[in-house]
Amino acid sequence: MSTFVFIDHIDGVITKTAGELLTIARRAGEVTAVIVGIPGDGAKAAAAINSFGANKIIAIEDSTINDHPSALAAQALADLLLEKGATTLLIPSTARGKEIAARVAVRTNSGIITDAVDVTADSTATQSIFGGSAVVHSKVSKGIAIITVRPNSVEPESQPSTCEVEVISPKLNPTKVVISNREPAKKGGRPELTEAAIVVSGGRGTNGDFAPVEALADLLGAAVGASRAATDAGWYPHSHQVGQTGKTVSPSLYIACGISGAIQHRAGMQTSKVIVAINKDPEAPIFEVTDFGVVGDLFAVLPQATSAIAARKG
Amino acid sequence: MKIAVCVKQVPDSWAEKKLNASTKLIDREGVDAVLNDLDEYAIEAALQIVEANGGAEAGHSVTLISMGPERATEALRKGLSMGADDAILISDAALAGSDALATSLILAKVIERVKPDLILCGTESTDARMSVIPSMLSERLELPQLSFAGEVNVSADQVSIKRVTDEGVDSMSAPMPVIVSVIEKINEPRYPSFKGIMAAKKKSIEVLSLADLGVSAAEVGGAGAWSLVNDFNEQAARSAGVKVVDEGAGGNALSEFLAEKRLA
Ligand SMILES: Cc1cc2nc3c(=O)[nH]c(=O)nc-3n(C[C@H](O)[C@H](O)[C@H](O)COP(=O)(O)OP(=O)(O)OC[C@H]3O[C@@H](n4cnc5c(N)ncnc54)[C@H](O)[C@@H]3O)c2cc1C
Ligand SMILES: Nc1ncnc2c1ncn2[C@@H]1O[C@H](COP(=O)(O)O)[C@@H](O)[C@H]1O
Repeated sequence: MSTFVFIDHIDGVITKTAGELLTIARRAGEVTAVIVGIPGDGAKAAAAINSFGANKIIAIEDSTINDHPSALAAQALADLLLEKGATTLLIPSTARGKEIAARVAVRTNSGIITDAVDVTADSTATQSIFGGSAVVHSKVSKGIAIITVRPNSVEPESQPSTCEVEVISPKLNPTKVVISNREPAKKGGRPELTEAAIVVSGGRGTNGDFAPVEALADLLGAAVGASRAATDAGWYPHSHQVGQTGKTVSPSLYIACGISGAIQHRAGMQTSKVIVAINKDPEAPIFEVTDFGVVGDLFAVLPQATSAIAARKG
Repeated sequence: MKIAVCVKQVPDSWAEKKLNASTKLIDREGVDAVLNDLDEYAIEAALQIVEANGGAEAGHSVTLISMGPERATEALRKGLSMGADDAILISDAALAGSDALATSLILAKVIERVKPDLILCGTESTDARMSVIPSMLSERLELPQLSFAGEVNVSADQVSIKRVTDEGVDSMSAPMPVIVSVIEKINEPRYPSFKGIMAAKKKSIEVLSLADLGVSAAEVGGAGAWSLVNDFNEQAARSAGVKVVDEGAGGNALSEFLAEKRLA
């Protein structure tokens, strides 16, 4: 077994998925962490990667590698995996992660499994499908096992290691794509939606006023999510949308406020451990999946809940 | 300009989906099948590009491409009634059980035959939800890819998009031929008009087999699969829990529930 982990990072600062994937990969023995970025990114990330027990760190660095969201990283990664005889690649199930995984699968003629919530030592992937109504175990049968893993699937466990970073300059074949402008999503002070232990979401029922949703979220240290109705109306950025065409979240607690619970919304939150909803309409479909539902006006229920929790917490 | 749109027939989003115990594949028999709704946005984008550039009179056309069982013609018919010009369905018993690698191989072969200037896809199919086919096509055809488009513009031989992901919004462009996948924010797909539905009945749907594409059965379908399901088990459906009606203390009840569960 030769397991490789694709380390997700922003300018050399690793994201939470890196620790999660390294934790999963360690079950299979030796782990090689691969970070792809511009010169210097590997050195910046080394200490953080070493806190999760990597046996080897390889940094693929090139000043042009970010000129395409996925194609250039995939070229370099595929070449490395073939050269090193990798048997498994774990990569986070993000928009970009899946694109890179898809490309690496074609380039290395390997099978791909997406959205795994767990991976065993023999690279059997567990997937939770159809909104959590079935659990599937699958295996790649040809080539390298390319598996994308959903963020927040396991608890990252630290384990110190002390590898040096081996820096590689890849041979890249430029694409015809030109990126003329980048507007990075504004990061607020709140946790990342897919990484958060608690998510409080607002829908059309907020009528554009997310203040009570945010107040509870901040008290609970939660991320803020939104339904498509809310993002379409421009009340909240698209990057906060939960559901089929937004993010899939699986927190310990999901609180849906003024959200009807359309199938496309449920597709993104139904595997949350505990689901709570506040909705005026007792017939709202969201109540079919809630552990605790309050039929009522969110503008009355949320502030009361927030102050009761604040009072209890002291 | 020739535009190709890759579309898939999928089980209705609201249908209860199951895996078949013996084939370990999605059971498509008993459920209503529809055009993948995310692909409707791609068809709409194609139609709007044609309209904005002088229409059919200016020599522009939209061809739908789908791989699936015989009855996927129904989904194609819907796309044709929206306004696409013609369609190609690749259907062959040996394709059953194909995974993304096989699907992309087949779609790439068809695209090579059609030689479109622009290939549009949805971002994901609502059944398998892999979101990998557009990137795989880009690799197989060695064509540039512009993905997660929340806006598409075509001018001369250049296509530019706004890529919308959690990472932010990027403006990108590439020369044709190019593969573009669109997100659901891009437009509002039109409903087929009565005239459109009538016209669609006369439009051609060409059905191709593996032999027509020169692909051997061993390369695709269950036989050639790159990944396999070992086993699966159904989880008990989530059942509705406690529901309280707020009569002035709903928020307090919620707070107590969270305390009991040690969640807050
Ligand atoms: C291709 C496609 C993809 C989609 N992808 C997604 C997706 O990723 N995510 C997503 O969320 N949706 C998605 N949708 C949209 C989805 O079908 C629903 O339209 C959407 O989820 C509805 O949002 P909502 O629940 O906020 O609004 P509504 O359905 O309008 O529900 C609002 C709810 O708020 C309640 N309410 C109103 N006022 C109050 C109040 N004061 N207090 C308490 N409750 C109140 C109402 O009773 C109602 O139940 C998609 C649709 C399509 C076709
Ligand atoms: N069988 C198929 N036939 C035609 N197009 C497909 C097929 N499967 C996927 N696609 C296209 O690829 C996109 C992404 O699908 P997926 O990678 O399966 O989530 C879809 O929105 C379609 O545009």
